[in-house]
Amino acid sequence: MDISLQEVEYRYQANTPFERLAIKDVSIDIPSGIFLAIIGHTGSGKSTVLQHLNALLKPTTGKVMIGDREVNAEKKQKNLKAIRQRVGIVFQFPEHQLFDETVEKDICFGPMNFGVHEEEAKKRARIAIKQVGLSEEILSKSPFELSGGQMRRVAIAGVLAMEPDVIVLDEPTAGLDPRGRREIMDMFHSLHLERKLSTVLVTHSMEDASKYADQIVIMQNGQVYKKGTPNEIFSSPEGLLELGLDVPEVVRFQQKVEEKFQTKFSQTCLTVEKLTEEIASMVKRGEQE
Amino acid sequence: MMEKMIFGRYVPAHSVIHRMDPRSKLLMIFLFVCIVFIANNSWTYGLLVIYTFAMIALSKVPFRFIISGLKPVLWLILFTLVLHLFLTKEGELLFQVGWFSIYEEGLRQGIFISVRFFLLILMTSILTLTTTPIEITDGMESLLHPLNKIKFPVHELALMMSISLRFIPTLMQETDKIMKAQTARGVEFSSGPIKERVKAIIPLLIPLFVNSFKRAEELATAMEARGYRGGEGRTKYRQLSWGLKDTTLLIFLVILSVLLVLFRT
Ligand SMILES: Nc1ncnc2c1ncn2[C@@H]1O[C@H](COP(=O)(O)OP(=O)(O)OP(=O)(O)O)[C@@H](O)[C@H]1O
Ligand SMILES: [Mg+2]
Repeated sequence: MDISLQEVEYRYQANTPFERLAIKDVSIDIPSGIFLAIIGHTGSGKSTVLQHLNALLKPTTGKVMIGDREVNAEKKQKNLKAIRQRVGIVFQFPEHQLFDETVEKDICFGPMNFGVHEEEAKKRARIAIKQVGLSEEILSKSPFELSGGQMRRVAIAGVLAMEPDVIVLDEPTAGLDPRGRREIMDMFHSLHLERKLSTVLVTHSMEDASKYADQIVIMQNGQVYKKGTPNEIFSSPEGLLELGLDVPEVVRFQQKVEEKFQTKFSQTCLTVEKLTEEIASMVKRGEQE
Repeated sequence: MMEKMIFGRYVPAHSVIHRMDPRSKLLMIFLFVCIVFIANNSWTYGLLVIYTFAMIALSKVPFRFIISGLKPVLWLILFTLVLHLFLTKEGELLFQVGWFSIYEEGLRQGIFISVRFFLLILMTSILTLTTTPIEITDGMESLLHPLNKIKFPVHELALMMSISLRFIPTLMQETDKIMKAQTARGVEFSSGPIKERVKAIIPLLIPLFVNSFKRAEELATAMEARGYRGGEGRTKYRQLSWGLKDTTLLIFLVILSVLLVLFRT
């Protein structure tokens, strides 16, 4: 399912003294099957953009196309549930949404709201809990006796069990340990590849953005500052550094090597493997001369 | 979703009312609540309305904003009005269709009581919209100070109040957040049959409660860690100062009360 934001503006608490322009003139295309990363400073409007992707927020001007449905300020929307089934959102700190007696019931909550039968929902819960790296025993526990990291995973499982076509992730790994981060991100990536899920990831980690994304959008002060492939974005890191954003460690390392040896590699390497190859071939060239 | 609520919210602005001592504002509200009950005819209600609207004008809070925030209460007011129309059967008969009839006294009382209700809410909104929660509690504590003599826990009460006021916006934000998260999981809060909507409250309330308890515990720990040991010997960072405008305001209110007594029938 394709989603596109077209010149979207959103004001929080419009028409009150607290009115606040959060995003403006934001146009982003999310074609089916893409892995899109959104990066930007805190407060730059990333979460606000995400909430437009399943019509939790309606743009104050501009429009959002979700599949063949148009969401704009004027139209009264009916049956938004259909959209929400197909676009699953994992919110920033999703563990705050847990409420049911057992983990299993909580994971089944989403699917059953969308009319999935209990048997089927339970089956999905068992699959989802394994996907997020927890064991089946946890299903019978209360969500409130879990650790923070476990709660996070359960909340993610709850969204996975809805089997959406588009999955939207708002800093899903913030506050997890490094290994947990990698596991969760690898899981999302393999889901993206296997099920051809469109994935939208908000992250502060440049490593994750460069490693997983097909496209990167940089947000700054509520506007899209730059769009492009990881290669395009990170091959001219000056802009990023100006914004006070980081570049991946590999890219920084490459820059340092290039400075030291007064040379320029043929491309910007985004993975350790690529960079190793480049350096190896440089060394070989050096030996031949 | 919860954005329109204005209870307990402070609107920063530079107005006389904003700059006044919280104690005078609190006293004003207290007095106002008393004298509202003196009014009993169109003249006296007229005076109260004029006074209230003058205060709103002075506070520089946009009227449209106050009204839009009071929508839920307007329903309640309408409800009282209707109740009075139906239930008070005194005075002249004004209107009758079948079993449904409206009497003069019912209409009169219904309107007066709705106006009274409305004015009370407007005045208290002015207080909370122009005074930060901290100021309100400081004022409260200072006004209630004499009660310390009879071992009334004034400081503790003030602390409880300031904490609750402080966390109202947080609670609102959190409600909004959880509502959104559950909406994304297929809950419908604002459409669908009533039975479903009532059921939808559970996934909202439970996380809200759990988080509030957690937060209360964390707050207690944090306060203890910073050496909080109750009100004894505690000095104040913000000093309250009573000025000419505070006295003036109260004098106006006294004049209003005298007028009300004179004009009531
Ligand atoms: N409920 C709200 N009411 C009023 N203003 C809000 C609300 N939510 C966000 N904002 C404002 O909108 C702007 C964008 O916020 P948003 O949450 O989209 O930022 P973000 O990029 O997700 O930040 P972070 O990285 O910290 O999550 C901010 O300036 C914020 O203050
Ligand atoms: Mg955010």
